Amino acid sequence: MSRSSVMERLEILADAAKYDASCASSGTAKRNSRDGRGLGSTEGMGICHAYAPDGRCISLLKLLLTNHCIFDCHYCINRKSSNVRRARFTPQEVVDLTLSFYRRNYIEGLFLSSGIVKSSSHTMEQMIEVARILREEHDFRGYIHLKTIPEADPELVAQAGLWADRVSINVELPTDSGLARLAPDKSGATIEGAMGKLSGAIIEAHDAQKRFRKAPVFAPAGQSTQMIVGADGASDAQIVGKASSLYDRFSLKRVYYSAFSPIPEASAVLPLKRPPLMREHRLYQSDWLMRFYGFAPREVQQAAGADGMLPLDIDPKLAWALKFRERFPVDLNRAPREAMLRVPGLGVKAVDAIIVARRHRALRLDDVARLTVSVRKLRPFIVTTDWCPTLLTDRADLRAMLAPPAEQMELFA
Amino acid sequence: MIAANLREPDDFEAWRAEARRLIECGTPPEQAAWSDGTGEADLFADAPSASMPDNASREVRASRAFIDLARSVILHTEPSRLALLYRMLWRLQEHPRLLDDAADRDVVALERLAQQVRRDIHKMRAFVRFRIARDEDGAERYVAWFEPEHRIERANADFFVNRFTSQRWSILTPRMSLHWDGAALLEGPPASRGDAPAEDATEELWLGYYRSIFNPARLKVGMMVKEMPRRYWKNLPEARQIPDLIAGAHKREAAMIATGADLFEAEAAPSSLDAVASGIAQCRRCPIGCTGTRAVMGEGPREADLMIVGEQPGDSEEQEGRPFVGPAGQLLDRALNEAGVDRARAYVTNAVKHFKFTPRGKRRLHQTPTAGEIDICRWWLDAERALVRPRVVLALGASSARGLLGRTPSIGRERGQAIALPDGTQVWLTAHPSYLLRLDGEAREREHARFASDLAGLAGLLASDQVPQSYPQA
Repeated sequence: MSRSSVMERLEILADAAKYDASCASSGTAKRNSRDGRGLGSTEGMGICHAYAPDGRCISLLKLLLTNHCIFDCHYCINRKSSNVRRARFTPQEVVDLTLSFYRRNYIEGLFLSSGIVKSSSHTMEQMIEVARILREEHDFRGYIHLKTIPEADPELVAQAGLWADRVSINVELPTDSGLARLAPDKSGATIEGAMGKLSGAIIEAHDAQKRFRKAPVFAPAGQSTQMIVGADGASDAQIVGKASSLYDRFSLKRVYYSAFSPIPEASAVLPLKRPPLMREHRLYQSDWLMRFYGFAPREVQQAAGADGMLPLDIDPKLAWALKFRERFPVDLNRAPREAMLRVPGLGVKAVDAIIVARRHRALRLDDVARLTVSVRKLRPFIVTTDWCPTLLTDRADLRAMLAPPAEQMELFA
Repeated sequence: MIAANLREPDDFEAWRAEARRLIECGTPPEQAAWSDGTGEADLFADAPSASMPDNASREVRASRAFIDLARSVILHTEPSRLALLYRMLWRLQEHPRLLDDAADRDVVALERLAQQVRRDIHKMRAFVRFRIARDEDGAERYVAWFEPEHRIERANADFFVNRFTSQRWSILTPRMSLHWDGAALLEGPPASRGDAPAEDATEELWLGYYRSIFNPARLKVGMMVKEMPRRYWKNLPEARQIPDLIAGAHKREAAMIATGADLFEAEAAPSSLDAVASGIAQCRRCPIGCTGTRAVMGEGPREADLMIVGEQPGDSEEQEGRPFVGPAGQLLDRALNEAGVDRARAYVTNAVKHFKFTPRGKRRLHQTPTAGEIDICRWWLDAERALVRPRVVLALGASSARGLLGRTPSIGRERGQAIALPDGTQVWLTAHPSYLLRLDGEAREREHARFASDLAGLAGLLASDQVPQSYPQA
């Protein structure tokens, strides 16, 4: 078999990685190469070096080591029974690509994933080898994200955490039945077992760091996961429930949602619909509500309709507010932070600015307007010294008044 | 009017000294005419501030937060920033906590400028693209051309020094150039785009990566432009491809869907086996159907208890138009006989209805159908199954099992056991007899024995069930 060029293989293996939602390079320890040795730095905040026309950022070189795979998961383009062109990189080739892209300031580092060849452990070893060469032989100080393979030897998964800034294991599907039907080679218990081991190792390393200065760093940016949305019948309420239990049990940094995307050579078992991008967006918004706005998972689920689905035309915070109108209006001059965070259209930054500003003055509507993007959406839900929406919050057509013809933006970070 | 002039537009220390002096002299904001040397000076400003008496009658106070904010705002290209900063400093003397009032107009204005500067700093970190050049000593130097909106080059240099300490680099901009030689940072004169080197092979790889990582099924141009504004595109090599990528996206997405589309969407299920037979004869939905061979229909009793499913017709099956008549079929007949299963009572068919082969001289060499081809033909197999309604299906080999289960199982792991389909039909899995024909010696003995034991299990399954067996139709 003739070996295709680096370019051809890069195209195949990047194309195969495009279904992965995460490209984040944030949240890790700060490093630089000011000592003159090594290459690279991390800032805590990631940098998106480019944006693709699908609106998603390119922060890391996102690649599969190979798209050969012995597994046959229906939602995956790389499944054994798919007819896609196959390719593989050697660890050294991935290292060379990463370094030459990094030196030209195209990327923040590497996000390496892989199809499973020979065995899970063998594949994991190859991925670890990439990270080891980067860190040990080239003293690379940029970001490394390794997608670990739950079926691999736990020793290997633990080793991945020593080289990588972030590790992740995909839960793949929100329900066990979906997993059984669409990913016959995978098991929910194995996936969650591996996540549990990782989270244990992360916490342990964190504790050790506090006590011993020289304790080894283990995945300083924590672990994340990805769930495919729309391939099985799971409702938004189920997905939110699953995500919050994962956050709680494994102290995940992020749960990514990937709207199931029509893939070439799709399996006959799958729906062939254009991906419900807005649904994915609503799930990210609900994720935000839980992580930054103090919503309990149950409250987000209450924002969903009887079928367990979040409305697509309005955001989940507004949907919740319309259901619980007795909690409004909120007096922006008096209300505690938690109550203000519930107001549709008020972000965390605006709420914090209001809290500081109201020590200096009694807030009027146009003061609030200066602190927020748009005051129009807010008005039915707030009270200021010169504004009180006596009837508005009870109007039956409030939803119609507020439901935007506008598009929402995507909340990728 | 008092003229307050800066020689360098981003010289914070000079602004600070000037502002302190003005406040010490009690100059109200509307009396100070600021100029940073880039635009025209205020015609009505009469005396330069330096000529004013130096009387430190007032103590000038400013919080750390204000100093930080001012350091950043002064990098903005907006000419009114100096006056705005001075007005804020003036007001801070009376209201030291003024910066906390996020709703104050001056605070809002300053924050907006600072945010634009921060954003420009961030975009420079993101969008600088180095290309390789050679220094006179032959060593590599990474050189970039970048056009920032604000005067952020100097303030941002540290970031690049920290990141790329061990490599030599230069960033050229219309206002100045920065050079790092591995030990020291030097500033140079303004440069032009032509001073930067041309692209190299690595840039081609990057363009290839950018094309491939984009998912055409999720086009979101507005989101991209918001984060990567068009004014940066001319210096981003990958951005040159954007128009083509957008233009081609719908076509690519349609192709992605078409390769997996339900080709039978508009069809009603065949109402009889004859309808299946005439349907498969005309089916051209996959490449095998288009090779011009004869489709081979299943045969056997209309309501058989047992259905036997092979992979696809072979050379002799295609010629005779009947399933399992070649060498593999004969082996199967013998083995079924030994297990006590009567083939005549079974409905025998294939997962794929046409013969897939490559011509080799006069011979036609069998080729295994792809998963996609099996999945397409599954519609016909399902139709046969719905009409015959067997209790048990014997799947011979992985391709056959895929046609039934919709996944490719591991024969080694799952053979010799019943797998229930959603409608309750039991699928019994074993190897394909043609696999046994290819074996020699000890392996042959062993596999024949396993095959026989699988079929014995099948016989047990057929016998154990309570439902009465049907009989061949006349």
